[in-house]
Amino acid sequence: MHQRSVVRVGVPLLVASLALSACGSRNTTTTGASSGNKTAVIGVMAPLSGDLSALGLGIQHSVELAVKQANDSKAIPGWTLKVEAKDDEGKPDVGKNAATAFAGEANVAGVVGNLNSSVAQSTQPVLATAKIVQVSPANTNPSLTQGANFATAPARTYATYFRTCTTDAVQGPFAARYLYQKAGFKKVATIHDKKTYGQGLVAAFTTEFTKLGGTITAAETINPDESNYQSVISKVKPTAPQAIYYGGEYPQAGPLSQQMKAAGLTVPLMGGDGIFDPKFITLGGATANSDLATSVGAPTDSLAAGKKFLADYAAAGYKEPSAAYGAYSYDAANAIINALKVSLKDAKDVTSTRPATIDALGKVSFAGVTGPVAFDKYGDTTSRVLTVYKVTDLKWAPVLTEAFK
Amino acid sequence: MDTFIQQLVNGLSLGSLYALIAVGYTVVYGILQLINFAHGEVFMIGAFGALTTSLVLFKGNTALWTLPVMIIGAVIASVTTAVLMERFAYRPLRHAPRLAPLITAIGISVFLQEAVRLNYDNVPFTSWNPFNLPDAKSIIPFPPIDVVTGPAIQIGGVTIQREAIFTIGALLVCSLLLWYFINHTKMGHGMQAVSQDQDTARLMGINVDRIIVVAFALGAVLAAVAGVSQGLQNHNISFRMGFLAGLKAFVAAVLGGIGNVAGAVVGGLVLGIAEAMATQYIPGQFGGSPWKDVWSFILLILVLVFRPQGLLGEKAVDRA
Repeated sequence: MHQRSVVRVGVPLLVASLALSACGSRNTTTTGASSGNKTAVIGVMAPLSGDLSALGLGIQHSVELAVKQANDSKAIPGWTLKVEAKDDEGKPDVGKNAATAFAGEANVAGVVGNLNSSVAQSTQPVLATAKIVQVSPANTNPSLTQGANFATAPARTYATYFRTCTTDAVQGPFAARYLYQKAGFKKVATIHDKKTYGQGLVAAFTTEFTKLGGTITAAETINPDESNYQSVISKVKPTAPQAIYYGGEYPQAGPLSQQMKAAGLTVPLMGGDGIFDPKFITLGGATANSDLATSVGAPTDSLAAGKKFLADYAAAGYKEPSAAYGAYSYDAANAIINALKVSLKDAKDVTSTRPATIDALGKVSFAGVTGPVAFDKYGDTTSRVLTVYKVTDLKWAPVLTEAFK
Repeated sequence: MDTFIQQLVNGLSLGSLYALIAVGYTVVYGILQLINFAHGEVFMIGAFGALTTSLVLFKGNTALWTLPVMIIGAVIASVTTAVLMERFAYRPLRHAPRLAPLITAIGISVFLQEAVRLNYDNVPFTSWNPFNLPDAKSIIPFPPIDVVTGPAIQIGGVTIQREAIFTIGALLVCSLLLWYFINHTKMGHGMQAVSQDQDTARLMGINVDRIIVVAFALGAVLAAVAGVSQGLQNHNISFRMGFLAGLKAFVAAVLGGIGNVAGAVVGGLVLGIAEAMATQYIPGQFGGSPWKDVWSFILLILVLVFRPQGLLGEKAVDRA
């Protein structure tokens, strides 16, 4: 009798866990052309479903565009490139599974991704062991390239990891200088979502803002699984901040902006590239005007190459827009393609050329659609251009583009 | 003092939501001794029912008179879900060991979340979207209804949001109706009888199956109202909103004494206020919003240590 009840409990549990693990492997899509004789795969890891899928699908399509153009122009003689996209759902554990799957494939020459710094933290070691290069278009946490003590003793953690966007160590201080010097705010409260990205951004912001002479009136956090932030807002409000600096992404930042203004805290909310998305304004509602965001690089349509990218993207007819990281993903894919031009030239298979690809990627230098693309000794981009955007008439409009020194 | 009253108001409006959902846990538990973990999803589907009603029938019209219709839409969606769930998932397991319905509940919860996530904007297995509904894969803005949303009311230093008044009012009205239903109708007396002794109630001619369906439906009605309130309060809903809200409401039901309807309401309010106060008043490293859930769970543990039956629960003889 006892044994039978174990079976009764055990079987549904087993079935449930099998069903769950089957869910994990969905959303693997492959696209590519078929000319040339040997095939190399460029992987994409991004959230293709869930709250952040608007950004993730933009990354996927931009990489597809870069690969399609490389195949059309026969950039690597004798080789055909293929894109393979895997969903990381914006979660570290799912991302790790995707990275493990890429590491197990012999044809994978490089991977573009992840969107979230917290996910990249768990995919970095997997891809590094397989010696597969990884170029992120969107990870802004400094510790990914320069180690946990990036401020005092920077040391490169993984030789395979590169990124085309600049870091929070630049983005946070850039926002602090804008608020203190340009907007004239001396008292600011900070809120973050306890994730790697938000926490890092707020830490970098706080250091620079207090160094300039400003006061942080309150430092609070929210739980990203919740959607009611009233108690935090009520705690921040009596400290009378002139602005709120938020570390996190738009699914929480939009409702936070809406709720704090409804509660009578009518000061601008400022965030990083994670809130720079049209959905922020949809969720923030009519009161989102005058909210601010910083994002990496110059506005894509302010450069001639960027305009061409947007036109090509529109012409290719993808269902979803290129979103905030499209141009960076396109440059990331092209950086890998440029490295493969060197390493794959006379090679027989992909696996044996992986170390050569790492060296070649460290040396790439070309004019991308976001500006010059090159990497420093940590794998960070050498470009440190950022832009402040402001919500004006319920649209993001660039206010200031500057190189951070 | 203003801050205290402000956080009290925040806590009451948050707690009212917990209370509305908690009643559903407690009513079903009182009759079936089943913890229906899929109840959070009934709440979520209520919110989606209201959104759908608004989008399909009113197309952007946010006048106050649309709100009752939205609530009816929410109730229809929630009650249908709850009744189908009872009929096809729980009734076949009525005499199975306790763990079987519990695990089934978790399965239903995952199923309902995914069904809404994947199929809200299309008929299953097709891409047909007759009413042009938005994609539910990420969070969706909820229509701001006139009068019950809008500029907050300022009393001294205290800001009271209209949505909070609506939520607290909804709890008040619902609890009164519920109290009347349980104590002054035939069906309500039947429910009390079944919860005391199912077999004897059956011998007295009470249709136990019908009473169980009514219990599920009753919980679903309140969950639907909670879904609309949360949509109005937060101005957005998502397929995932039921999980955490359901968990908190379950805690509220246990805190108040599971099986006791008044206890669920008290438990919800206590939990909401505890969260708001912990955010404001616990100083230092273990204070503030990151620790609010820790403090409210410590409160739960303390209550259960000294009053295992919950705040208003009766001493259980054999049950639970």
